[in-house]
Amino acid sequence: MLDLTVVWAAIIGFAIIAYVVMDGFDLGIGILFPLFKVGKDRDTAMNSIAPVWDGNETWLVLGGGGLLAAFPLAYAIILPALYAPLIAMLLGLVLRGVAFEFRWRDPAHRALWDIAFTGGSAVATFAQGIALGALLQGISVSGRAYSGGWWEWLSPFSLLIGFGLVIGYALLGACWLNWKAEGGLQRQVVTYAGRLGIALLVVIVAVSLATLTLENSYQSRWLSFPGVLATAQVPLATLIVTALFYRSLSRRKDAQPFFWALSLFGLCIVGLGISIWPDVIPARVTIWEAAAPYRSQLFMLVGGGVLVPVILAYTAWAYWVFRGKVSGEGYH
Amino acid sequence: MFASVDALLLARAQFAFTVSFHFLFPAFSIGLASYLMVLEGLWLKTGKGVYANLFRYWLKIFAVVFAMGVVSGIVMSYQFGTNWSVFSDKAGPVIGPLMAYEVLTAFFLEAGFLGVMLFGINKVGRKLHFTATCAVAIGTFISAFWILSVNSWMQTPTGYEIGANGQFLPGPSWAAIIFNPSFPYRLVHTVLAAYLTTAFAVGGVGAWHLLKDRANPGARTMFSMAMWMAAIVAPIQIFAGDMHGLNTLEHQPAKVMAMEGHYDSHPDGAPLILFGIPNSKEKRIDHAIAIPKASSLILKHELNAPLRGLDSVPDADEPPVGIVFWAFRVMVGLGFAMLGIGAWSLLARLRSRLHDWRWLHRAALLMGPSGFVAVLAGWIVTEVGRQPFTVYGLLRTSHSASPLDAPAVASSLLAFVIVYFSVFGMGIWYLLHLMKKPPQAHESALDGAPIRTAGITPAPAIEGGE
Ligand code: HDD
Ligand code: HEM
Ligand code: HEM
Repeated sequence: MLDLTVVWAAIIGFAIIAYVVMDGFDLGIGILFPLFKVGKDRDTAMNSIAPVWDGNETWLVLGGGGLLAAFPLAYAIILPALYAPLIAMLLGLVLRGVAFEFRWRDPAHRALWDIAFTGGSAVATFAQGIALGALLQGISVSGRAYSGGWWEWLSPFSLLIGFGLVIGYALLGACWLNWKAEGGLQRQVVTYAGRLGIALLVVIVAVSLATLTLENSYQSRWLSFPGVLATAQVPLATLIVTALFYRSLSRRKDAQPFFWALSLFGLCIVGLGISIWPDVIPARVTIWEAAAPYRSQLFMLVGGGVLVPVILAYTAWAYWVFRGKVSGEGYH
Repeated sequence: MFASVDALLLARAQFAFTVSFHFLFPAFSIGLASYLMVLEGLWLKTGKGVYANLFRYWLKIFAVVFAMGVVSGIVMSYQFGTNWSVFSDKAGPVIGPLMAYEVLTAFFLEAGFLGVMLFGINKVGRKLHFTATCAVAIGTFISAFWILSVNSWMQTPTGYEIGANGQFLPGPSWAAIIFNPSFPYRLVHTVLAAYLTTAFAVGGVGAWHLLKDRANPGARTMFSMAMWMAAIVAPIQIFAGDMHGLNTLEHQPAKVMAMEGHYDSHPDGAPLILFGIPNSKEKRIDHAIAIPKASSLILKHELNAPLRGLDSVPDADEPPVGIVFWAFRVMVGLGFAMLGIGAWSLLARLRSRLHDWRWLHRAALLMGPSGFVAVLAGWIVTEVGRQPFTVYGLLRTSHSASPLDAPAVASSLLAFVIVYFSVFGMGIWYLLHLMKKPPQAHESALDGAPIRTAGITPAPAIEGGE
């Protein structure tokens, strides 16, 4: 029989990946924003994501809402455990979200909203990374509830991941703009993309090694024979994708570097999957322990099976409508 | 012990604060999306410029409202887990799927078509653009449908089973959960409320501009449209509210007792207390002005029908009376004031003075924000009247909260208060600023519209630079 719990784990995983790849480049542009020249360049960067950021962010709502629906116990343990980073993320998203509209409404305070845009994006990203790190390093659970304090999430490891995610999203943002922008702005982001790629690689290595030293069962999952034959493919693929990324960058391709950067993220997520599957809370709660009853899963699956493809279709259409280079030129 | 009580109070304050802010925006955007749909439809049908101009005028306002609605909404969907984790664990299997359906059927629809609605008019053509506007409007309605179903289930839970681990589990029929007894009433009443809120906001803006320039065609049209809505919807809303109250009497009698201020049972006909000061210590209404037996007439349609009071409810299960009592009077009072404006506008039409009766315009201007106040008051009645339960009669609020330390909740509450007041305060100021400008004969599209992709430009670009 088809195990709906596994299906739902896959759907939530998909929502999280969709969120990371889509809102990742929005947030990345926010992070890089102060480096762009005031005026046309900033407008172009903002314009390249204005029509799509709301849809991108909705995957985060699906991730959270889906977790509540399909794995209520996990939702009930993880969210209080990550209280401070999550609140910070939400407030960051508030600031960055309103900045899209407010900066056009109030030219006199545009500098202020640009700061809100960058600050909000950076805080939201950093907090997401910290949340992931805190989840990986382990959460105190007793019974059906979180039992740690309200600073448990804070550790060098979670800060490292927070930092790494900032670099990673910035890379995605740079690659997206390389695709959507022209001229000086494009040249500028290509330079950034090159540097950020290296930085990200360093962080990936650091995070991988740090993960292996955590007390959980990660080491045996990755390094014991014969599993290592399979898991070793991940770092290998990472190297190959990195090489392809730099090749496309040096050949001045528009879209390709973006997709290679996405692949890099994809591989990190595969690595994450190897580390924690089939737990939702590593070493504490498995997906089956946290799962909602069969009736809840089935009811949602009927809708999700029909609606997710429809959503993907009209989202693709919306991207298609706004295809091509964005430029501020010629309209003044 | 004290710490946990404090954390609970703080968590409640935080939820009430964030959700009240959130709801201000949907209350406006549900109505405004439909209004924009009507305006664009009328424009496509008649080709009259005034509709296109009004569409563009309100679209700019809509964009700001919607952005604030979205960001404050995301906070809400995480708040269940951060602050109400025990509730989430227990009720998640029942309400989680409904909220997931809201994301899948409503939020993606709104967000997916919003970009095209705001920035795409010159890219996709009029018909397709109108489709996008309709999609956004329908999305806002679907959103209300699901979230109100969730809320109503918490008020009048049906169709569930209790699992061995204490969770609420769905029973065999999802229809029994979704269409729980209070849901149809709450849906109708709340959606009408959103329409009324918008009608009075639009009417207030129209009145403001009429007071300054009676000839402005945009102001004349929007004022007239808004007054039709007021005249038609306000009486329906009062009727719907009455029905809702009867439904509440059946399922949550203690809430109605608090609304009516009935501390004592009245075996032969209960009075309708118009005003008075609830005195929770002595359990009576001080200085009450009451109409004898009228409450029984309204609630039971019989003068001498007996009505029970809060003396028949265990103290531990009573909602706070004062807040519910006052909020209810604010809502009902505003409902009748709205009815009054609607009737006045009909009279003005009869006498062909709709566009130059200054006192009508002044009154409509004054009533501009009334919908927002009524909507919040209504929700306070609903939610505070449900206390001390989150899932009515089954799960207590005090057993719903997350295991958090009070300082954690206090700091987050403080952060929310600061960020919300400054950010949304500025946002509301921008809205007022947009509304202050009269609608133009050649209303610009979203000025500085963040889209000038690939060749076509719908709007004059803003000059860069600070
Ligand atoms: C423009 C807004 C507006 C106006 C004019 C009114 N209401 Fe209302 N009312 C709401 C907006 C609202 C609301 C925000 O939509 C609520 C909160 C939750 C709900 O179901 O609807 C509500 C709740 C609510 C409840 C509580 C239901 C419950 O939770 O059990 C009752 C009994 C009424 N209303 C009755 C009335 C009556 C008799 C009105 C006549 C004057 C009235 N309302 C006007
Ligand atoms: C505690 C309860 C609530 C939660 C958890 C919640 C959640 C959310 C979320 C996550 C969003 C953002 C969606 C996006 O990303 O596009 C949102 C927006 C929205 N919500 Fe709420 N919401 C709540 C209450 C309500 C109520 C009571 C209504 C209406 C009756 C409502 C109507 C809307 C609408 C129409 C939007 C679209 C944005 C807007 O119109 O401003 N919500 N909500
Ligand atoms: C959008 C308009 C809404 C407003 C203005 C509102 C207002 C409030 C208020 C004032 C409280 C605090 C009650 C108290 O502690 O005495 C509260 C609590 C709560 N409401 Fe609502 N509410 C709204 C919508 C919703 C919806 C749609 C849901 C469900 C999806 C919901 C679920 C809750 C929960 C879980 C609590 C916390 C537990 C509690 O204190 O009762 N609310 N709300």
